Amino acid sequence: MSAARILAAVAFAVACAAAALSAAPELPPGASSCTGCHAASAKVDTAVPRLAGRKAADIVSQMQAFKTGEKPSTVMGRIAKGLTDAEIEAIAAWYTQQR
Amino acid sequence: MTSRPMSRRAFLASSAGATAGALLAAPALAQAAPRVIVVGGGFAGATAARALKKADPRIAVTLVEGSRTFTACPFSNLVIGGLRDLPSQQFGYEKVAADGIQIVFARATGVDPQGRTVALDAGSSLAYDRLVLAPGIDLRWDGLPGYTEAAAERMPHAWKAGPQTLLLRRQLEAMEDGGVVIMAAPANPFRCPPGPYERASLIAHYLKTRKPKSKLIVLDAKDQFSKQRLFQSAWKELYPDHLEWVGLSQGGKVASVDPAEMMLVTDFGRHKAAVANVIPPQKAGLIAEIAGVGDRTGWCPIDPVTFESKLVPNIHLIGDAIIAGGMPKSAFSANAQAKVCADAVVRLLAGQPPAEPRLINTCYSIVAPNYGITVAGVYRPVDGVLTEVPGSGGVSPADVPRSFRAQEALFAEGWFNTITGEVFG
Repeated sequence: MSAARILAAVAFAVACAAAALSAAPELPPGASSCTGCHAASAKVDTAVPRLAGRKAADIVSQMQAFKTGEKPSTVMGRIAKGLTDAEIEAIAAWYTQQR
Repeated sequence: MTSRPMSRRAFLASSAGATAGALLAAPALAQAAPRVIVVGGGFAGATAARALKKADPRIAVTLVEGSRTFTACPFSNLVIGGLRDLPSQQFGYEKVAADGIQIVFARATGVDPQGRTVALDAGSSLAYDRLVLAPGIDLRWDGLPGYTEAAAERMPHAWKAGPQTLLLRRQLEAMEDGGVVIMAAPANPFRCPPGPYERASLIAHYLKTRKPKSKLIVLDAKDQFSKQRLFQSAWKELYPDHLEWVGLSQGGKVASVDPAEMMLVTDFGRHKAAVANVIPPQKAGLIAEIAGVGDRTGWCPIDPVTFESKLVPNIHLIGDAIIAGGMPKSAFSANAQAKVCADAVVRLLAGQPPAEPRLINTCYSIVAPNYGITVAGVYRPVDGVLTEVPGSGGVSPADVPRSFRAQEALFAEGWFNTITGEVFG
C-alpha cells in the first residue's frame, strides 16, 4: 500500500468518526413529529401532556394502552396505532432524556 | 451538474482508488463548516433551521426570510371570527437568531443549482452546500377569472395571515345585519384542507351571535372535504340558519368573480355578496418555480426520505409547497417534515445514509368555542410516496359527548402553543 493510500485511509477513518459523532441519531424515526404537540423544551407552556423527562416505561405503557383502546383518548389512539412497539420504545427512550 | 450525494458504500468503493488529495477535496471532508441555506421562515423553514443547528452546531445555517414578523395561519380563522386578536398570531425571529442562525431579511430572487448560490433582492448572493426551500404557497392570480391582486382588496382571500385576515374581519364587522357572506372554496390541493370549513364555522358563529339575520353561503369546487361528516354534523346542530354549503355537484364551483359588483359567478347563477371571501387556487411559492423544483402541477416532487427535490440535486423542499403523498398541507406536517429533512441533510453532509422516517400529522379545527375536531395520520415512505400506515389515523369519533369536543379544543390551543413555542420561542 502506498503512503498516499494509507493517508487516504486514515483521513477517511477520521472523517467517518467525526461524522458519526456529529450526526448521531438523536431522534428515533417518528419521535421528531411528536414534538409538534409534546414539547421537548420545558419552557413551552401548553395544555398538552408533557413527556419530556418522564419515565420511559410510563410512556410506553400509556402508548400501548392508547393503541389497544384500553385507555380512552382524543387523538393518541389514532396515532399510536401507526407506530410499532419498537418505535414506541425508541420514542419513550428519547423523551425520557429531554429536560 | 453535480452528482447526487454518495451512499457510504459508493463512497468507499470510489475512495479505494482515490488519492489523499482527491479525498480531501470532497466537500463534506474539506469544509469544517458546511453551509446550509434555508429560504422561508414559516413553520417549515424556521423549524428546519433550528433543527439543523441543534443537530450539528458546526453547520453554518442561514435563514432567508422576507418579513421580520411571522404571522401564523393556524388559529387565524379565530381572528376572522372575532375570537382572537392578530398579535396572538405573530412571532419574531430573535430566539431563532439566538441559536446561532444567521438571519437575512431579504427575498430570495434566484437560485443557481450549478454554482450553488442563492441570489437576494438586495443584490448580493449566498453560497450553499445544501439548500432547503420552504416557500409555502403563492396564490394563482391566473387561476380564477376576475380574481386579481386588486380584487383581493375587495374580496379578501385571507389565505396568508396578516393584513388580509384583518381585512376580512373588518368587512364582517362593518356588514349590516341581514347581509349575505359568500365564501369560494377551491379544488384540491391547497393549503390547510380543513381550513375553509373551520373558517365557515367561525364566520357562522360570528353571524349567529352578532348578525343573526345574516347568512354564510359556501360555494365549493368539490363534493368532498376534510372532516366533512364532523363539520356537517356540527353545522346542522350549531348553525342551521347561518351556514349553507353548496358542493360541486350542486353547482358550487365558482367560475369567475366580479369584484366591482361583489359578484361570484357559477355555471348555474350569479351570487351577490355583502362580504366575499375568495380562496383561490394555489401553487408552490415563487422561488420554487425560479429554482426549477416545481413540476407542471405547480407543486414540488420530493424524495420522501430526504425531502430532496426529484428535479434538482442538493435542494430540499418542505412544507406546503411539496407533493407529500398522503400528508396534508398543514403547519404540523411542515414542522414534522422539517425535522426529518434537517436530520437527512446533516447525515448527507456527513456522508451517511439518511434514516427512513415516520411522520405524523394532526390537524385541529375549531368549530365553535370549546368545540374542536381533529384528523390525524402516521406516514412512511412506500415506493417513494409518503403513505398512511394502514389502520392508523382518521378523524375524531362521530358520537361523543360535548366534553370530548371541549377537550380537543383545549388540545388545539395546546398544540398551537407548543408548536409556536418550539419553532419561535
